[in-house]
Amino acid sequence: MDDTQLAAIVDAIVRELKASGAVKSAGSDSAAPASVSSASFSTSASVVPVQARVATSAAGLTIDLPDPTLDQFRYMPRVKNPKDPNGVKALIESTTARIGVGRAGPRYNTASLLLFQGDHAVTQDALYRDVDQNLLNEFNLFTVQTKITGGKQEYLLRPDLGRSLSDDAKRTINEKCQKNVNVQLCVGDGLSAAAIEANLRQIFPVIKQGVQQAGLTFGTPFFIKYARVGVMNDIGELIKPDVVILLIGERPGLGRAESMSAYMGYKPKYGDTDADRDVVCNIFENGGTNPLEGGAFVVQIAQKMRKHQASGVKLKTAS
Amino acid sequence: MLLRTKLHGKTYEFPDIRILMGKANEEKSGDRLAGVGAETAAERVAAKLVLAEVPLWVLRENPAVPYDQDEVTRVIQDAVDPTIYNEIKDWTVGEFREWILADTTTSDMIRRVSAGLTSEMVSAVTKLMSNLDLMYGAKKIPVSAHCNNTIGAPGTLSSRNQPNHPTDSPEGIRAEIYEGLSYGSGDSVIGINPVDDSYGSVSRLLDMTYDVIKTWNIPTQNCVLAHVTTQMKCMQSGSPVGLVFQSIAGSQKGNDSFGISVGLLDEAYELAKKHCFPKGPNFMYFETGQGSALSADAHNGWDQLTLEARNYGLAKRYHPYQVNTVVGFIGPEYLYDARQIQRAGLEDHFMGKLTGIPMGCDACYTNHARADQNAIENLAVMLTAAGCNYFMGVPMGDDSMLSYQCTSYHDAPSLRQLFKLRPAPEFEKWMVDLGLMKDGVLTDKAGDPSFFLKR
Repeated sequence: MDDTQLAAIVDAIVRELKASGAVKSAGSDSAAPASVSSASFSTSASVVPVQARVATSAAGLTIDLPDPTLDQFRYMPRVKNPKDPNGVKALIESTTARIGVGRAGPRYNTASLLLFQGDHAVTQDALYRDVDQNLLNEFNLFTVQTKITGGKQEYLLRPDLGRSLSDDAKRTINEKCQKNVNVQLCVGDGLSAAAIEANLRQIFPVIKQGVQQAGLTFGTPFFIKYARVGVMNDIGELIKPDVVILLIGERPGLGRAESMSAYMGYKPKYGDTDADRDVVCNIFENGGTNPLEGGAFVVQIAQKMRKHQASGVKLKTAS
Repeated sequence: MLLRTKLHGKTYEFPDIRILMGKANEEKSGDRLAGVGAETAAERVAAKLVLAEVPLWVLRENPAVPYDQDEVTRVIQDAVDPTIYNEIKDWTVGEFREWILADTTTSDMIRRVSAGLTSEMVSAVTKLMSNLDLMYGAKKIPVSAHCNNTIGAPGTLSSRNQPNHPTDSPEGIRAEIYEGLSYGSGDSVIGINPVDDSYGSVSRLLDMTYDVIKTWNIPTQNCVLAHVTTQMKCMQSGSPVGLVFQSIAGSQKGNDSFGISVGLLDEAYELAKKHCFPKGPNFMYFETGQGSALSADAHNGWDQLTLEARNYGLAKRYHPYQVNTVVGFIGPEYLYDARQIQRAGLEDHFMGKLTGIPMGCDACYTNHARADQNAIENLAVMLTAAGCNYFMGVPMGDDSMLSYQCTSYHDAPSLRQLFKLRPAPEFEKWMVDLGLMKDGVLTDKAGDPSFFLKR
């Protein structure tokens, strides 16, 4: 894969999509923490600097906070009386890890503690939530389910059941999907609904148009609830496509629930493992693989799989 | 073999030791996934009732994988001291539990008996222990080791400085090391999990961490937790290596999936003794975790506790400086929630100590487990009470590379101050000399990473 080639493909696809009004400009995607002005160099216990005000009665109390997850607050130095204040700032800027956070005795200060809890909370919500039906409607994705019948809890406990389509799902797919296509795209919730919601609008059209522009047939796309990556084998057996692409929500990191993967396999069949697959992971805006770029990349890999009639370790050896 | 009991009028019968051992475990989602867990709460207790009557020699004769099929089994069985084994082989598992807990049984007595045990015996007695039993029992078995400093001595609690970075940036890692050192984290090791396992990247991080250690004369050691073969190459090429690391599994097939074997570990150990820069004599570092064998389909139908015990039997061969379970890293299909993770953490620490290895714990969870930071703080408190050698120190417990949460730089001083414990003695002296700690408490200068910007 040549970087210039990839950039050209992405450019072409993005230009075309913009022209058709399918996507808006991707906007800034700086991953670096915003620099912190010395004016906001505060050791206040508040998550964000708040104007002190004296309330004479509870009715006069006003608490109206900005979002503490904004970079200027997230990466605010909180060490009391540091030996080298500018040094602390520079150290903080060198990593996304939570350093320069200060302390209350040996414990965290309030701001750092609550920011951590906020990040964990949004992660938990992403995990136990379903993908927005409106989004699925927007792309005409019908929904099928794996053998999981006991909700998210069973999904987490039984990865084996999440790798197999239910009998109902197989029937529906047989009725609705075109068979023997070149590329079959599926979307699965995986471990993060938020990841699908954050990336699908951008990556879906790139993949679809990219496949069609390459002169390949694009199968009937659909959504799989309670999906694990291994479900690709069932899809391969049912539809007999050359390439299966599964977009799936990754396990959320702390405060980072929008990371998605695209798993791909050439003619997936029963018994295939991760060694038979390729993956583009960490797809998200601002710091990960941008979904537009990721989509273009996925199309290229699909073409390569067809050319070498292989995927995974076999593709590596063949190419 | 007849393994049968009645409980509340109902009869429970178990066909063999393997099934009995599985059903006698406290509830774990991984044992269910493997199909070896108890079907009901009563069946679990029935299995414990029967297991309590099983003599230790039966466990020796029923290893999780047969002797002729598995080199881990051979390592464990061949290390058994025949004299000590003959003294204890007729004890039942229930008697063994009471012997460990008895006031008349001293630390030295338990350390001696360790030499006559197989991992299946260690696992069996653990199944009969309540959580407080596990803490009380482990506390009786301090196991210390020495590399550049001393870990695991009674009255101390150490912390691994784990400065991981999503792209292995040496500057970012150095910044995290400074933050950790300023809280007193790093007396176990400055140990990085690299993203890039290549020789070039790993040797660069070894050089950088060695530079920090030398610049500040820190009584500790470094480690880059790449695959052992990469570290072997680093040692042979003259990189400064403190500890040699590898993840291990409780069966030969499991180790195959990690790309290692006993022969390879033997070779790494010989290189470590020859090339590692610290004084020693302990140079090895292992990580383990319940469920790893099952996830590689290498459990041979046995429960995850027993496979975990076998990790420790294997680790003991290499006189490690430190071993820790990464207890909640594997995910909810093996340890579902806070309760199961806490139980497993207590079990693993106890089993390590009973086996005779210097045991710490990565008290941790992933975001898809039903757990949170409070649960992990609870586990750290319980394990500190149990005499755990060390925990991980990660910036606010949020590992920016591995995407999981564990204990933090702050947790080390908090637990020490809560339990009147000190860092490793050499490291404490270093902190006191720099003015970062006084009388076991952090000073005003502590908690400031910029302290280390200029010597």
